[in-house]
This record gives sequence, structure tokens and C-alpha cells, in this order.
Amino acid sequence: MATNLPPSTIDRRDLLAHLIPDPDECLLVAGLAGSAKDSAAWTQEADNLITLGGAMGGAVAMALGIALSAPDKKVAVITGDGELLMNAGVLATVASAAPQNLNIICLDNGQHGETGGQPGHTSRRTDLALMAEGAGIASAMTISSPDEFPDAQAFLAYGIAPKFLCVRVMPGPPTDYKRNWDLASGRLRFRAANVINVEQ
Amino acid sequence: MTGTVNRENFSRRIFERLADAGVTLFSYVPDFGNDELVKIAEADNRTTAVLLSSEQEGVALCAGADLVGARGVLLMQSSGVGNCPNMLSLVRGGRFPMLMIVTMRGDYGEQNPWQYPMGQAVEPVLEAMGIQCIRVERDDELDQATDSAISSAFAAGQGVALILSQKFLGAKAF
Repeated sequence: MATNLPPSTIDRRDLLAHLIPDPDECLLVAGLAGSAKDSAAWTQEADNLITLGGAMGGAVAMALGIALSAPDKKVAVITGDGELLMNAGVLATVASAAPQNLNIICLDNGQHGETGGQPGHTSRRTDLALMAEGAGIASAMTISSPDEFPDAQAFLAYGIAPKFLCVRVMPGPPTDYKRNWDLASGRLRFRAANVINVEQ
Repeated sequence: MTGTVNRENFSRRIFERLADAGVTLFSYVPDFGNDELVKIAEADNRTTAVLLSSEQEGVALCAGADLVGARGVLLMQSSGVGNCPNMLSLVRGGRFPMLMIVTMRGDYGEQNPWQYPMGQAVEPVLEAMGIQCIRVERDDELDQATDSAISSAFAAGQGVALILSQKFLGAKAF
């Protein structure tokens, strides 16, 4: 985590429910690895969640595609620091498109948890919220302590969109949860519940 | 430029076919060859143009549109195909429909040597990731090729790239 910030005291495993109390009202995308596990456990893989197991760097763009196509729905994407930095340009893409219904939540553990916990850039000098602001995202916020959960929840609910929330979490495993790895069935399940346009 | 293709004319023909097929999101990285198509999509109230930072974003963005029943297209220069392979895992793994339009460099009359390595690799790279390539060399092939690509993506649910060759587009003079 960026060196000028205090150590985090947030455990990622019971985090998401504190940030979004009404997940049923959102369409949710979770990026690969820990983001997907935590999100799958949080919602028990509800029909409004699509989880990725690869395609690293794609979660935010996928959520943008949903947000632009379903402007009346609230959309949130859960991603990690490693995935976000693999395609940080997507922050500029979101800023330009300026969807009014998209929240980006980055779980920043400062490491590549899935491959053995190797340190990532945010454990050294990189500050993701500053990058989001620089890209032109309307609102950005960083939290490092559970004491900040109420502020973060209010930010996600009422901040100027699009919003970027960096949640600095303690290193450590994501929620232990056996999730569906079959994207084709995940796609069909999500579409069955959430297709809103009339198909041609 | 070599060749006599009328960009306004061919771009309009592609656009109308895509719009009639219900494509609403035109995601793109700018290229001379897709410039007119993007301008048409920006001006039409049925469609939205989405400027990307990297072409791979468009693969995920079009997949996101599909998740709520909308349709997207991804426009890029041939060099951008090299930024896409891992993200195309979504197409094969998730059976997402995917429609790409690739405007070629480095294949016919190209004067910039930097365009050749990726230009020549476009079709092998796309085919390695399971994307069907439909190539346009002459103006009289364009309409049917566009319709075929639309059918492949949105009726059959495949990944498909409409490849607008430099023979069709003309080569940029340096």
C-alpha cells in the first residue's frame, strides 16, 4: 500500500456487506481471484453477479458495458489492485464515458494474492485513488480502517458519479468459497435474470 | 492515399446495418479507417460511441453489454488486435457474441515498416483465439460481408472480425 498511508486494519472477508447493504439492487461484476471469491461468498453467487476467473484487466470495462447499456440500474464492480493496474487506462475510459450509475470498488491488498502474495506496486509508491482522480473520475476515496465504513457506504450511495473507492485491506486470504468457474453458465444465469432490452 | 474508396459511403453502409441489427455501443480506438464510422455513431441518437484506452477493454465492454441484452461492436486498427488475445478468453470461455471491425495496416501497399509485424499477424492471432475472420477486399463485397459478420455474432453467438483490408481501404502515403 502506498507508503504515505497508514497500515490497513480492514479484513477483506467481511468487507463488502459493509459497503453495499443492498446488493440485490445492483448489477455486480467481480474481477478474477480474491475479488471474485469475496463477491461470490457475499451474495452466495446471486443472479445479479458475474464473476471472472481470468481475462485480467477486464472487470471494470465489463461493468462499464453494463452501466452504459442499463442506465437505470445501479452497477458496481469489485476489482483488485493488480487487475486494475494491468489496464489502468480503463479509468480514463470510464471518466470519458461518465456513466452516472457506476461504482468502482478496488480491494487493494498491495500484492498478487492468487499467485503467492508477491508485492505489487501499491505496496511501494502507487496510490490508486490519485490515479483515478487524475484520469478524471468524478469522485475518489480511500479507506484503511473499519471506522471508515459508514463514510464509504455514504460515498458509494451519494457521491458524484462515476465513483472510485479504494479499500486498502490487510494482506491475507479472501473468503473461502467454492465458486462457479464456468463463465458460459454464469453468462446464461446472469442474462436470464437481467436482460432488459428486447432481443432482435 | 491509394485506392478510390469513399469512406463516408462505406462507413454509412456499415453503420446502417449495425444499427438495424440493434448495435448500440460503438467502442473504438481511433484509426483513419474507422474515423467516419465513429463520427456517424456519435451523431446518431440510436448509438453511443465509447472511446477506449486499449482495444482489450472493448472486448470486455461488449461482453458487459450482452449481459443485459444489448449489443456492442469493437472498432480498431490492425495493431490493436495484438492488445486483445487474453481478453478474448471471454468469448471462448463464456460464449459471448463478439463483433470486431479491424481496419488494416501493414497488408497491401503499406509504407510504414512498423505496421507489418502485427498487420501480418492479425488473422493468425484472431483465429488462434477462436475468432472467425471475414475479409473485405472489394467494395462489392462489403454489404454481404457485414451482414455475414452480424449474423455470425448475433444470430449464431460467435466471435467474428470483419477485416477491412488495405486493398479495400487504400494505403496511407508517407
